[in-house]
Amino acid sequence: MSEHHHDTHDHHHEDGPHSSFKGYMTGFLLSVVLTTIPFWLVMADVFENRNITALVILGFALIQICVHMVFFLHLNFHSEGGWNMLALIFTLVLVFITLAGSLWVMYHLNHNMMPGMMHEHNLSP
Amino acid sequence: MFDQLDLTTLLFGRLTWESFPYHDPIIVATFVVVAIGGLAMLALVTRYRLWGYLWNEWFTTIDHKKIGIMYMILGIIMLLRGFADAIMMRIQQAIAFDGSMGYLPPEHYDQIFTAHGVIMIFFVAMPMVTGLMNYVVPLQIGARDVAFPFLNNFSFWMTTSGAVLLMVSLFVGEFAKTGWLAYPPLSGILQSPGVGVDYYIWSLQIAGVGTLLSGINLLVTIVKMRAPGMTMMKMPVFTWTSLCTNVLIVAAFPVLTAVLGMLTLDRYLGTAFFTNDLGGNAMMYINLIWIWGHPEVYILILPLFGVFSEVVSTYSGKRLFGYASMVYATVVITVLSYLVWLHHFFTMGSGASVNSFFGITTMIISIPTGAKIFNWLFTMYRGRIQFEVPMLWTMGFIVTFVIGGMTGVLLAVPPADFVLHNSLFLVAHFHNVIIGGVLFGLFAGITYWFPKAFGYKLDPFWGKVSFWCWLVGFWLAFMPLYVLGLMGVTRRMSHFDDSSLQIWFQIAAFGAFLIAIGIAAFLFQFVVSYRRRESLRDTTGDPWNGRTLEWSTSSPPPAYNFAFTPQVHDIDAWWQMKQHGFQRPQAGFLPVHMPKNTGAGIILAGISTVLGFALIWHMWLLAGASFVALLAVTIGHTFNYKRDYYIPADEVARVESERTRMLAEHV
Repeated sequence: MSEHHHDTHDHHHEDGPHSSFKGYMTGFLLSVVLTTIPFWLVMADVFENRNITALVILGFALIQICVHMVFFLHLNFHSEGGWNMLALIFTLVLVFITLAGSLWVMYHLNHNMMPGMMHEHNLSP
Repeated sequence: MFDQLDLTTLLFGRLTWESFPYHDPIIVATFVVVAIGGLAMLALVTRYRLWGYLWNEWFTTIDHKKIGIMYMILGIIMLLRGFADAIMMRIQQAIAFDGSMGYLPPEHYDQIFTAHGVIMIFFVAMPMVTGLMNYVVPLQIGARDVAFPFLNNFSFWMTTSGAVLLMVSLFVGEFAKTGWLAYPPLSGILQSPGVGVDYYIWSLQIAGVGTLLSGINLLVTIVKMRAPGMTMMKMPVFTWTSLCTNVLIVAAFPVLTAVLGMLTLDRYLGTAFFTNDLGGNAMMYINLIWIWGHPEVYILILPLFGVFSEVVSTYSGKRLFGYASMVYATVVITVLSYLVWLHHFFTMGSGASVNSFFGITTMIISIPTGAKIFNWLFTMYRGRIQFEVPMLWTMGFIVTFVIGGMTGVLLAVPPADFVLHNSLFLVAHFHNVIIGGVLFGLFAGITYWFPKAFGYKLDPFWGKVSFWCWLVGFWLAFMPLYVLGLMGVTRRMSHFDDSSLQIWFQIAAFGAFLIAIGIAAFLFQFVVSYRRRESLRDTTGDPWNGRTLEWSTSSPPPAYNFAFTPQVHDIDAWWQMKQHGFQRPQAGFLPVHMPKNTGAGIILAGISTVLGFALIWHMWLLAGASFVALLAVTIGHTFNYKRDYYIPADEVARVESERTRMLAEHV
């Protein structure tokens, strides 16, 4: 671990705010808070409906992913001349298209072609 | 699987004497010819003591120019194999009427159409497109090599390794009989228990590693290594389209790898991703493979759009019309190509809402493509057009591709697709765009950049013979298929009952023979040009009065490409330099830092071939051993610290003064 740390110091960085103690601490504290709240939501049975709990937890997870990317992976609109952010957005768009598209396509397929095997077969096509 | 292990199966797996198709006269005859040809080749190389030269100068090279040329050679060799398959199918379909079963038994015919598709897409179009990008992109952006030179060599050999495995399937065992995308459940272990689909899987997986790595390599090269002053909107259009193609490669090929990986698990370990029972869903395979497959179509065509843009503006003596719109059209196609995949399986049954969404996106994607066609036409408008061979290919492309595009829009209408799905109309459509777009573009690009790569132009007469044979041959070979498709004839049939259809297949076969003459003329063109190389010599490095930076170097360019990194001020950087009376620097050369050749790429790819072969035949011992060897060589290579060297300043000065002398002699 320490060797690795040493390596990153040797490497010459030109742009962007990098690896400051403050940045890492902010990220760490935010992560702790964002983990503790979902934990508390489940342990203390805050919401009546479990689906709401699940959705809220998913929301916190998404925020946490962003926190990690910004504070630990140093993602911003300037690093590598904006290419990092562009690549990330492009990837997210494609992953969304692939997943949402496949779910949509396969749901309709199963609905039309295998109505007996779908629980929602009483829905109109 | 492991309960009755004996030594023979441990060593040879499923491979027995029966695996060799010695009872099939066609294959035996092919084998004899290939063996004699191969032995003659080896003998010649040994006779002229070329092994050292080949190994040191070519096989281990990390020079992007030589790797680009090797990609082109691979593509041309595989084109011959793929075309041999095509003409066999055309002959079969032309004669298999009135109770005649033709000369190909169905199980052989099925392998041929599968191999034809796989070879033409993965081992002809992909290597040639990659080869062009490899050769041209670093020169166009003023770089000395690609970002990861060793990776480039490795990528090439992995692609070759996949091609070798596929060729081995001709003589050892069989190839898949499933069609070029190997849809389950037909490609599952129950329907295809033989080695055919395994050959398919492993040759594509190994070649896929090469494709993906070369995509990353060129992407990084374009993003990070452009000459100073070359902002994104000053990049040559070919570089732009290459950038978008490589983005598509990096984003799409992992999907193919994952899908084939799941099919492999189904076949080897008995999982049930795509099986009919145990909750598997074969349609999921089709959905996923087209998520790769449609971007793949644009991976193939986009770089050729770039080639046509370069060719049109060069031979019209004008700046490209609508540069910005060309760039935006390319980017829009890049994104939209991910939103149309379902049009490959409208008939699957997803219903009206899904089908209309994908039908509309498909129609939308033709808009940027149409904008490009208009840009090329407007570039030609009022230009001083020189009818050189690349320009002929370009105009042949515009006419042919527009027809192909329109039949594509027709197929994008779901109700029409329900009638035409899997018919010969579809076959005619995609050959129309792939031959008329990708192949014509490749020929245009080869003729255009050949003098840059070898120092002499290609003989125009045989180029024109090739062009006219291809153009007429294409129309004769595929227009009948449109007609047949509209009459309801489906694809992949080995014989027919309705003899009224025969005349159309005979016309198509005649067209295929014209194309054969076109290919022969294309090859003969190399021989003639080599023999006439003194009169076709390009001494200036700029034979076409070009516009982009590759024409500022000598032909062929020195190993280091540019003695000084050029400064870019304009889209047509070299044109602008010529207009402003650019003088080549004559002194002040510095040593050039260059990467060193290494044999690691070819060795790793060779071991990968063995590993693939072992996995196909279930030779578990060999598979294990070669996998360990693969890891060992990879780790060993990381300890190779002698990776670079300097070309001394004296040497650079000598090469550059040689060029100065040459330029002065031929003013």
